[in-house]
Amino acid sequence: MSSRLPRGGRLIDRARPVAFSFNGTRLKGFAGDTLASALLGSGRSLVGRSFKYHRPRGVYASGAEEPNALVSLGTGDRMEPNQRATTTELFAGLEARSQNHWPSLETDLGAVSAGMAKFLPAGFYYKTFIQPRAAWKHLFEPVIRRSAGLGPAPAAGARDPDRYEHFHAFADVLVVGAGIAGLTAARRAGAAGARVLLLEQAPHAGGRALADGGRIDGADAHDWVAAQLAALAQMPNVTVRLRTQAAGVYDHGYVLAGERVADHTPGDGRPRHRLWRIRAGHIITATGAIERPLAFAGNDRPGVMLASAVRDYVTLYGVSPGDRTVLVTGNDDAYRTALALLDAGLTVPAVLDVRARAEGPLAQAVRARGVRVETGRGVALAWGGRRGVTSVGICAQAGEGAVLEEIGCDCVAVSGGWSPVVHLWSHCGGKLRWDEAAAMFVPDPARPPLNHDGRAMVTAAGAASGALRADAALADAAAAADRVAQALDLSPSEAPAPRAETVDEAAPEAVWMMPHGAPAALREKAFLDFQNDVKVSDVQLAAQEGFESVEHAKRYTTLGMATDQGKLSNINGLAVLSQSLGAPIPQVGTTTFRPPYTPLSFGAITGAARGELFKPVRKTAIDGWLAAQGAHWEPVGDWRRPYAIPRPGESVEDAVTREVLNTRRNVGLLDASTLGKILVKGPDAAKFLDLIYTNMMSTLKVGRCRYGLMCTENGFLFDDGVVARLSEDSFLCHTTSGGSDRVHAWMEEWLQTEWWDFRVYTANLTEQHAQIAVVGPKARQVLEALEGMDLGRETLPFMGFAEGTLAGIPARVHRISFSGELSFEVAVPAGRGQAFWDACLEAGAAHGIQPYGTEALHVMRAEKGFIMIGDETDGTVTPHDLNLGWAVSKKKQDFIGKRAMERTHLTDPDRKQLVGLATLDPAEVLPDGAHAVEGAPRPDGIAGMIGHVTSSYFSPTLDRSIAMALIRGGSRRMGQVLRFEVEPGRAIEATVVDPVFLDPEGERQNV
Amino acid sequence: MSETRIIGPERRGMIALRGELGDAALGAVVTEVTGVAQPDVRRIAEDGDFALAWMSPDELLVLLPFEQAADTAAMLSSRLASVHHLAADVSDARSLFRIEGPGAREVLAKGAPVDLAPDRFGRGDFRRTRLGQVAAAFWMHEDAGFTLVCFRSVEDFVARWLARAAAPGAEVGLSD
Repeated sequence: MSSRLPRGGRLIDRARPVAFSFNGTRLKGFAGDTLASALLGSGRSLVGRSFKYHRPRGVYASGAEEPNALVSLGTGDRMEPNQRATTTELFAGLEARSQNHWPSLETDLGAVSAGMAKFLPAGFYYKTFIQPRAAWKHLFEPVIRRSAGLGPAPAAGARDPDRYEHFHAFADVLVVGAGIAGLTAARRAGAAGARVLLLEQAPHAGGRALADGGRIDGADAHDWVAAQLAALAQMPNVTVRLRTQAAGVYDHGYVLAGERVADHTPGDGRPRHRLWRIRAGHIITATGAIERPLAFAGNDRPGVMLASAVRDYVTLYGVSPGDRTVLVTGNDDAYRTALALLDAGLTVPAVLDVRARAEGPLAQAVRARGVRVETGRGVALAWGGRRGVTSVGICAQAGEGAVLEEIGCDCVAVSGGWSPVVHLWSHCGGKLRWDEAAAMFVPDPARPPLNHDGRAMVTAAGAASGALRADAALADAAAAADRVAQALDLSPSEAPAPRAETVDEAAPEAVWMMPHGAPAALREKAFLDFQNDVKVSDVQLAAQEGFESVEHAKRYTTLGMATDQGKLSNINGLAVLSQSLGAPIPQVGTTTFRPPYTPLSFGAITGAARGELFKPVRKTAIDGWLAAQGAHWEPVGDWRRPYAIPRPGESVEDAVTREVLNTRRNVGLLDASTLGKILVKGPDAAKFLDLIYTNMMSTLKVGRCRYGLMCTENGFLFDDGVVARLSEDSFLCHTTSGGSDRVHAWMEEWLQTEWWDFRVYTANLTEQHAQIAVVGPKARQVLEALEGMDLGRETLPFMGFAEGTLAGIPARVHRISFSGELSFEVAVPAGRGQAFWDACLEAGAAHGIQPYGTEALHVMRAEKGFIMIGDETDGTVTPHDLNLGWAVSKKKQDFIGKRAMERTHLTDPDRKQLVGLATLDPAEVLPDGAHAVEGAPRPDGIAGMIGHVTSSYFSPTLDRSIAMALIRGGSRRMGQVLRFEVEPGRAIEATVVDPVFLDPEGERQNV
Repeated sequence: MSETRIIGPERRGMIALRGELGDAALGAVVTEVTGVAQPDVRRIAEDGDFALAWMSPDELLVLLPFEQAADTAAMLSSRLASVHHLAADVSDARSLFRIEGPGAREVLAKGAPVDLAPDRFGRGDFRRTRLGQVAAAFWMHEDAGFTLVCFRSVEDFVARWLARAAAPGAEVGLSD
């Protein structure tokens, strides 16, 4: 059983005890602990249950690679599942709960016995749940949902109370990892004059050197680390950031990094996470290496741990993972763990070394301390209970697992060798090379990820490049920094590279399965992926069933697909696959490394964009007044517009009816400021607009307005609006509310990429003007009361505009109508918009003026059969489909969309065409989008559909329902009665009519 | 560290002027009318109440007292009658915020993909960019404060965004 040692622990402060709780039990750790070290120090070796089989699991590692020790942290609004205890800093009041068990961690009724595990092999789901279909819904899914999975989702009503943010940063050289290699690279690149950003995922620098010790440049390694940090702090061109993990590398030196600002100080007012968005000239990955587990039966029992993690807990945290630790290894490095345990006064009953010889200095040192070292041996089986391992059976590694001897122990430290952390190197295309002697994939410097200029974008340094030993890592990192400095045209540092005193290490031996000839009974208890419960037997079965590609085998078995993304399991898994296939490891290859390295919180990704900052809401100059009136809002593009302005106690529906009737009978006031307004000016402006619009704009006279349509190259309508010719060489193009930015960008694209020789400039003036529509039979009286302009029928005829002053405010008055009424759209400077609005209300009071919203606007335009972009169009509709052929010039040689409109499909007389619909029952309003059906059902039983409703309203003016629809061959169907199946067995019938329901002669607007 | 003051929204006269910036006639008229020399790429030139900011290879932003914008835009247009150009009063379309204090750089760097290190962005530097999800431009003036320009319709959003980014506790700490 694990416990706190009486002394030691480089990272903890025993003078500062920290109280926390685990599954409701109050426990104690120290400042500097991780949750994992504090749990182990409190004797908690069982920390969770596995995903599939609910097997008891303990802490396996000491860093980001941890597969087992996932907990739910916090409570209520701050509850977050699947947090790695090994990277969670302990803080006072931390509340953690173990996951995936019922009713309790100690007694889990869902636990699957070893024998049962046979029934959940690779591909189990695919094979089992095919038939009968009903069984999936009623039997399998409920059972699996209850038993599988990790932590619970936060409660439905929970709301994350924390803040998050982004931060943009720039560096010449980004160094990832502040171990001895990263510190060296940062210092040398900084000394060369580069602007350096050094990121370290842990709350402290030093990496493995803190636990592994040794001496660098004559100093103890941890003192040397402190000296480097102090030196870096003195360099103004170097920034060091702890608790910040580079999560992903992308094109052009773009790197995302997650900073855990306040995970360890929750609620202190700081943002919890900060996402760094970094542009780096060059990236040095000094990300170290991760130790590999060994695959033997029972290797997932609590107490079995990576050898490096065992010595981390002893050295850094003063925690004993167990009194008696059996060390199992294929390399010399792991002997350091035995020495650390012995130094702490703990017992090492045996070292099992798979190699035939173990004569290196480290092995000799262990032997000299009286420890039994068995060569050519491995573990056949680890025995134990739910509290963890109790003994191991020794066997010949070359054999089939006959137990030669049982050794009692409560900890098994394992080392299957080391894998450089190549993730960041690989994210953007860096290739790997298999180092046969060291049995590991290393970055291939000849095939790095490339930058925009074709040069290397990433350089791996230290252990991450395969230089595992301290002396090699330092030399490699110094050389890497110097190469990078040169590539950046800087003079590399002339200081000598730091030197580490190291001992020789004999060649390691790769161990992919233990023992080599393990029979099925052992292989199906030998875990590769602890988090997803994938065993050696699963990967072998996948290979046997033909999943030869490593990517296929991964998905079939789920190896490496858990939240740890297989940091411990991938290499072992692909080695087992390669053995099963009889193919060399490099030929099998790795799966794809994808960002993020460890999960980023959604909060960090979202940054500030939540709550009131979720999305910008555009507001007009009249917005405040409308809000004060209690407007009922709707989004239009990014704008918020009033759907209706209900009076106190009035329903929204009643308000719309009132607003329509009042506008038709008296006068209404509409805030139309959101309409796009694009100024197009230049000697070629008319020529340009003739190409942009389907109709002729060059013939428009100064002072006049014309309704125009814009199509895409494919001939489909995408925006419409009124164009006013301000002068011979300038036009003001009105666009839809949601379309102003799109249309402006569209114009600029054509000007910049195709018609760059046109002398035309554009400017988006949408927000310069408040545009207020005064609409209705009494509109002219209202505006004349404002004084300043003659707006008489002859002076300002329909489709004309005039500039002047109204109520003392500079105004441009357009006589255009989207309602069919007498209508003036008045543009005034946005800053005067509210003043003009107020003036209209005051002058209009005597005439019954009332503001109206977008729904009244919609109803009135539909009564007139005017189309709405986005209602009657969906990106596949041509002007001709909407009976707007009159606005498509036949004289112009060219315009955008002209060629496409001549294609046979677009000239097909049976295309869907716009029609009006009058329901047989005038009180019944067709649902938007309802489909008209005709003829015999299709072979699949679905009725034959001939079109759908695009707009549908109850018209207060006509006191009946009206609708528009796109119907196949619609223009030839006038008078036909169509059936709209609105629900099974119920159809609404409607007669096809002209879509202009009101005033087809246009007499109302022409007064 | 770094108490950051956010002041705004404010209004200022602004004219969007598009034209061939290398054109001598255009340059002469602009400098005559504003009293300010043409700025270099990604720079702003200021002189008293007037300033010229580089927006793109064919666009300048003229800054001037609010009341003078409409008339000055008209004057520019008439003086440039023979030169292909576009001059439009955009004073009402924009809102300004001032961001002052030692934390100003960090506040902007939370939303703008701009290198704001002191030796990369200094007095007179101007950038047309974005702030979070909205379009923005900003520059640094002589007293080391920044002025940010955004569209009028999003001034509420920008005010909230800036207040959030400058809130106590949210210091990144690079400018300490």
